[in-house]
Amino acid sequence: MFRPFLAKAWKFAVIAIVLLIIPRFLGIYTIYIYSWLLVYLIAAYGLNLILGYAGQISLAQAAFMGIGAYVMAILVTRGVSFWIALPAGALLSFGVGLVLGFPALKVKHHYLAMVTIGFNFIMYKLFENQEAITGGYYGIFDITRPGIGSLRFDSDLAYARVIAMVTLFMIIIMYWILNTRWGRAFKMIRENEVRAEIVGVDVRAYKLIVFAIGSAYAGVAGGLLAPLLGYIEPSLFELMISFDFLLMVLIGGRGRFEGPLIGIAVVILLPEFLRITHQANLLIFSLIAVIVLLLAPEGGASLWDWIFKRVTGRKPPSLTK
Amino acid sequence: MILQLIIGGTATGAIYALMAMGFSLLWQTSQTINFAQGEFVAAAAFIMLIFYDALKLPYVISLTLTLIVAVGILGVLFRKVVVERLIKTGLLSLICATIAVGIMVRNSLIFYTAESMAFPSIVSKEAIPLLTIRISPLDVLNISLAALVIIALQLFIRKTKPGKALQAVAQNRDVAEVLGIDVGRMSTLAFAINAVIVTFAAILVAPVYAAKYNMGLALGLRAFYAAIIGGFNQTRGALIGGLLIGYIEVFTIAYITTQYSEVVILVIVIGIILFKPEGIWGTKEVWSREL
Repeated sequence: MFRPFLAKAWKFAVIAIVLLIIPRFLGIYTIYIYSWLLVYLIAAYGLNLILGYAGQISLAQAAFMGIGAYVMAILVTRGVSFWIALPAGALLSFGVGLVLGFPALKVKHHYLAMVTIGFNFIMYKLFENQEAITGGYYGIFDITRPGIGSLRFDSDLAYARVIAMVTLFMIIIMYWILNTRWGRAFKMIRENEVRAEIVGVDVRAYKLIVFAIGSAYAGVAGGLLAPLLGYIEPSLFELMISFDFLLMVLIGGRGRFEGPLIGIAVVILLPEFLRITHQANLLIFSLIAVIVLLLAPEGGASLWDWIFKRVTGRKPPSLTK
Repeated sequence: MILQLIIGGTATGAIYALMAMGFSLLWQTSQTINFAQGEFVAAAAFIMLIFYDALKLPYVISLTLTLIVAVGILGVLFRKVVVERLIKTGLLSLICATIAVGIMVRNSLIFYTAESMAFPSIVSKEAIPLLTIRISPLDVLNISLAALVIIALQLFIRKTKPGKALQAVAQNRDVAEVLGIDVGRMSTLAFAINAVIVTFAAILVAPVYAAKYNMGLALGLRAFYAAIIGGFNQTRGALIGGLLIGYIEVFTIAYITTQYSEVVILVIVIGIILFKPEGIWGTKEVWSREL
């Protein structure tokens, strides 16, 4: 089960070095965008797992990000280490994901979509109104960045590298999950639920696990986001952000390993070039998402493959078999 | 006080019921879960505003034109361009697409105005004192007009030929097709009816809360909750579910909590999903094909 993973290990090493070197050449603002992009990428990978590999919808990625971020903020401002707070936030997101997914997955998947929308609403209200814990409307300030021993990662550059390494770690974990027995079960469920059941896959348990893992990814993203900004407030985790994540995954093509990369590039980088209002951006993204869905309903990545082929005349490289 | 709350709850609940009915109609006849339902209401309200507020047309003419545009765009065009193509590839793509369409609608309305717009109504918005309580004419209008639309819809489905064909498609698509019913056309009809329903929901709800580009989200959610509580495959379920949501909302805000009224509703909805997934009134789904 480790063999395909080890075979690719050198590739991951190269990516790690590239990710560490890139921020060296970026300015103050672009380092910030780079960090932001990587944080969102983790949450988008989580949603891609839920949406693309298990055929479920979650519209609560922002809320799970919020859980991770608030756990980080609350623990770090009370003196707990970043390296404990990060997995703690992920674990809590995982647990809440299990509890939330359980009733919804008993029935058809649009229930999960609805329940997650409602859940995001509720979490937002909790963040806003539980002032004693979350700081209410104003949020939590002075969230320090991590260090290891005497080595501090306080600068934007250093923290961008921390984020890059955590992101890579999360992506490698995702890659590993998808290439194990679990990953094959996920794909089987996506392709044919009934057949998976006949072969003996416990479809519901797997769906629940996928949902929880995807939520935990959002928790990690939130945990990284809090020290990046230095403060958090409820509006960072409102429902609209969850919609952003859905659009990212849809644009990139759900169920493809590189999908979130494409989606995030479009959703985060395009506004930087266009410089138009957030609403105008969302209008464009939702339009792209619908077009991608209409042209390639099975998942947008095949559309990007087609474009790649048209432009370069070569077959697109594949990250997964 | 209680009587006043009941009237208020019935008035908002009637609007949710109306929307939920359109919702379950689309589900039954076209296996479409329309996550843009709330945004459709917002869109209809804004189309109405364009005719009434910007072009200064009389109310009835504005409403007629709004109905025509809504049926064209939110009904027929939406079905032809988005639904018809994606229905073949499965529910997931379709749900994603309707969510994306919802985001699209919401963010295009903001180009008309980001402000809350006062919305016209044919009755006065001032509450009238009646014995010990105050009754809003808007509530009375909402209850009666919603009831009228619901009765009209029921009569259409039960008494007319296209209505019966629609029912046949809802009950069993394949058999309906064998019997010579044009299933595609019936599906388009369902979307057109839904467009009419959301237009009426819009002219009822917008005078109460004012029209705003993001008004659709909460509305659509409530309609969906109503459909879940009542059961997706029963029109009367949508009615009961809508009214229940209306009452729960009004009473929790009055007696328990204002900040967490959403939470209370959601807890009940999750409870229903857990213990009676077919809804209070609905029956178990029997589809000839698995979705």
